[in-house]
Amino acid sequence: MDWVPAISRWIHFMAGVMWIGLLYYFNFVNVAAAKAAAADGTGAGISKHVVPRALFWFRWGAVVTWLAGASLLSRHFLDAFLFLNKAYYPIGIGAWLGTIMLFNVWVLIWPNQKKILGMVQATDEEKNKARRVGFLASRTNTMLSIPMLYFMAAGGHSALFFG
Amino acid sequence: MKNPLDSLWGTVICGLILTLILHNVIAHALGG
Repeated sequence: MDWVPAISRWIHFMAGVMWIGLLYYFNFVNVAAAKAAAADGTGAGISKHVVPRALFWFRWGAVVTWLAGASLLSRHFLDAFLFLNKAYYPIGIGAWLGTIMLFNVWVLIWPNQKKILGMVQATDEEKNKARRVGFLASRTNTMLSIPMLYFMAAGGHSALFFG
Repeated sequence: MKNPLDSLWGTVICGLILTLILHNVIAHALGG
């Protein structure tokens, strides 16, 4: 057994489920739940107790997923990211989509969520802008996750997907 | 025009369309 790629693949899957599972929780469940809760005045518990915990595992799940994926590619990292080898074209697309999504998590979603949750100072106008930017970044990641997972599945199974 | 990302199903449909486009690009690049 080749331990490093085997363990990297296992961790990549577990952390990926954590990351994308929470992304889908935010988009498929929490957006509608928070709206309904705000309407009947019960939203405070969600934003105080649920969202900060979910965001913690979400953003660090994203980092671990990316690092385990990079470890999995190891010496073929540039083959995938620079499309140097045809065998790595599908996983290259998946890797680029995952990288864009990681960027969105740390540069757009998390800094804006900190404003929304009151973890950093922000005016009401800044909070409203943060809500919109964070929401669209989260929806963009949901959209990108669909081809990203397709190309992750296709990586190593080119004959099945592109034969 | 409304932003399709404002709707959950608009987001999913955009993701499926993007998948189809990228699939065709890669299939073409691989000579399939």
